[in-house]
Amino acid sequence: MMKLTRKLFNRTSLLPFSLAALACVATLPNQAYAWEPTKPVEVIIPAGAGGASDQMARTIQGIVVKHQLMKQPMLIINKGGASGAEGIMDVKDSKGNPHKLMVAFSAIYTLPIAVNLPFNWRDLNPVAMIASDEFLLWVNSDTPYKTAKEYLDAAKKANGAFKMGGTGSKREDHIITVALDKIAGAKFTYIPYKSGGEAATQLVGKHIDSNVNNPSENIAQWRAGQVRALCVFSEQRMVYKDKITKDQSWADIPTCKESGVDVQYQMLRAFFLPGGTTADQAAYYAELLKKVTATPEWKDYVAKQALKEVYLTGADFVKFLEKDEAFHNKLMHEAGFAAKK
Amino acid sequence: MEEFSALFHGFAVALSWYNIGMMSVGIVLGIVIGVLPGLGGPNGVAILLPLTFTMSPTSAIIMLSCIYWGTLFAGAITSVLFNIPGETHSVATTFDGYPLAQQGRAGEALTASFTGSFIGAFVAVLLITFLAPLVAKFALEFGPPEFFAVYLLTFCSFVGTGKDPAKTIIAMMLGFGLAAIGMDTVSGELRMTFGWSELLRGIDFLIVVIGLFGVGEILISMEEGLAFEGKSAKINMKVVLETWKKLPKYWLTLIRSSAIGCWMGITPGGATAASFMGYGIAKRFSKDGDKFGTGMLEGVIAPETAAHASGTAALLPMIALGIPGSATAAVLLGGLMIWGLQPGPLLFVEQKDFVWGLIASMYLSNIAGLIIVLTTVPLFAAILRIPFSIIAPIIIVVCAIGAYSVHSAMLDIWFMVLFGIVGYVMKKLDYPLAPMVLSLVLGDRAEAAFRQTMMGSKGDLEIFWSNSLVGSITTLALVMLFWPLISAAWRRLRGGTKAARLAA
Repeated sequence: MMKLTRKLFNRTSLLPFSLAALACVATLPNQAYAWEPTKPVEVIIPAGAGGASDQMARTIQGIVVKHQLMKQPMLIINKGGASGAEGIMDVKDSKGNPHKLMVAFSAIYTLPIAVNLPFNWRDLNPVAMIASDEFLLWVNSDTPYKTAKEYLDAAKKANGAFKMGGTGSKREDHIITVALDKIAGAKFTYIPYKSGGEAATQLVGKHIDSNVNNPSENIAQWRAGQVRALCVFSEQRMVYKDKITKDQSWADIPTCKESGVDVQYQMLRAFFLPGGTTADQAAYYAELLKKVTATPEWKDYVAKQALKEVYLTGADFVKFLEKDEAFHNKLMHEAGFAAKK
Repeated sequence: MEEFSALFHGFAVALSWYNIGMMSVGIVLGIVIGVLPGLGGPNGVAILLPLTFTMSPTSAIIMLSCIYWGTLFAGAITSVLFNIPGETHSVATTFDGYPLAQQGRAGEALTASFTGSFIGAFVAVLLITFLAPLVAKFALEFGPPEFFAVYLLTFCSFVGTGKDPAKTIIAMMLGFGLAAIGMDTVSGELRMTFGWSELLRGIDFLIVVIGLFGVGEILISMEEGLAFEGKSAKINMKVVLETWKKLPKYWLTLIRSSAIGCWMGITPGGATAASFMGYGIAKRFSKDGDKFGTGMLEGVIAPETAAHASGTAALLPMIALGIPGSATAAVLLGGLMIWGLQPGPLLFVEQKDFVWGLIASMYLSNIAGLIIVLTTVPLFAAILRIPFSIIAPIIIVVCAIGAYSVHSAMLDIWFMVLFGIVGYVMKKLDYPLAPMVLSLVLGDRAEAAFRQTMMGSKGDLEIFWSNSLVGSITTLALVMLFWPLISAAWRRLRGGTKAARLAA
């Protein structure tokens, strides 16, 4: 097609015509790529079926199919063993395979530190980051605490008697819990559960005093008036202004910083190719994901899950990864979560 | 009766030709997935999830839940015929199902298991229809101590069912050891992986089961001399009716297993735990308890009824609270969000059509499922007519494919072979396999629950009697554990008074 246009351009002086042809090329769905998948593409999810990463991947799969964004089919494979180490190592070991994508979250930094996993994200080929997930401080609505400060003061007084529930050990939820102790002086007994869903239910059943779930993990209970959001661990408030509960939207929740507790934490949602793949291959998937994030279905999904829309690729993405890694490195070591070498 | 009108509205939604078509497709797919070991309900539903993105949410959930019912029904088929559980919750079905098939009564065993499944499911659906909001609240009562107490009860109802308690306990400890391999979620550290990244994910329960039961069984049969002619098996529909005539006798087992299943589904202990507990308790309280394991119909009905009741009841907390009661329910939950529904406590209020359409479809699809699986009974029973020398290699191949498909890992096939040999040795030395499997399935979760409890209570064991719910489950568990002693003491006491009366 490109060749044809060039020929047209050379032979004729009918500039408007060739311009129209060029425009045509740009809008055609099957534009020419430097590289394109020739086999079904496996998407490895280093987490169990039904979790946040899994839902995101399956939503993307749905969007790709519906808008016919890729000629080859997309297969979703869950490898959630060992808190995701199974999937991460599988992708690391698939050197040079451009038909394998991995959905990444903060485990790519925390796991190698916590369990001496022989892995570094530099072993892979970064494709793009498409969103970041917020964390909030939640309590049961039957408790009297209306602000983060009130709650953390009470926790401080209880001196370790308050229970914080979260997903797994030495991971994001646990990191935030330790940060709350460091910054606000509120000591918690941390109870590790298998998933955010479990932590949500346990909060409703009053088996724990609070959790730091992502919006999507607690939204159902929030809407039903069973839990209360005290603050979001973020620089700025969330942008979604539609009312979720009777009187609150995501944007109505103050940041923890506003409440005098300057703890910030966000989790990346990104895609990687195995190491040894080319820049053209990464560019293909980055472009594909860019198209996915432009669809109304994706906009709808991020709004529902209250994800923060971020699109980073190439050098910007690598720069972000380096910064984020250093941040996690510091937190993990400060919290004493690093495994002995 | 608000529920009745809502339910009839639901029937109106579910009873369209399109939805009935989806139901049949789902059940047949589910049976295929259930028969293949390794490819379980959660995988099956997850693989087919993208197909449903273009459907209406109600049709989509009807089809996917039917796949789930199909796998619940079909898990028993290979358990009975070849001693290979097609699904984790049908391990307990092999104990009496396979001996029955060996006696040429496969048709009876299959009919009993399907019918038991159906009754269990029916009880659970009734529960969902009329008590959903009430029962759903009960699920919230469960914190770590309660979960541990439930697992303890499952273990205790199983100890002492074997002939030799010492061997039972050794087998159980082996299972606990295997369950501990991999990531420990409580401490966030790796255990017993010896720096080997293949061991990171732990030893999957399904691979052990396929090895112990499937491969182990074939090794035993080979040693016993290759029987070149197949077993005789009656191939006509009469066997269904004949078996049905015998079933009313087991009404108590059916009720008991349904109750256990519903309870375990809601809490969520899971269908696998429910099936083991159903079997263990039936064995303990049946008057033919001693003959369990030699081919008793009751031993097939008890675990299957409990498993299917639990699998069905597991959808209740999913619909009413947004908590998945099982792995498959977790995948369905993800599906709900993709279809644009928000699962959680408000689903009942906001999505009446969807919820009641789903509940109505549970009635219809279980009836449809029963009819479909019953018609396959003669067909499956006939497989046993094929000589062993032909069927054995096929079984080994199917087992290997099953073991591979769990994690798409070649190493798992070697593990399967290894556990086949372990299974053979254990059988030769008369060690029971069931306790090992049980502790391998539940060991991890029981351990996590126990440690979460201890973190919360700062190491105080009194927490297991801190409220009436956990206290009564724990006490019940201990009673079950010491039941042989208690019943012996009771008999002696009564015997003693009788003797005293006679003397007087």
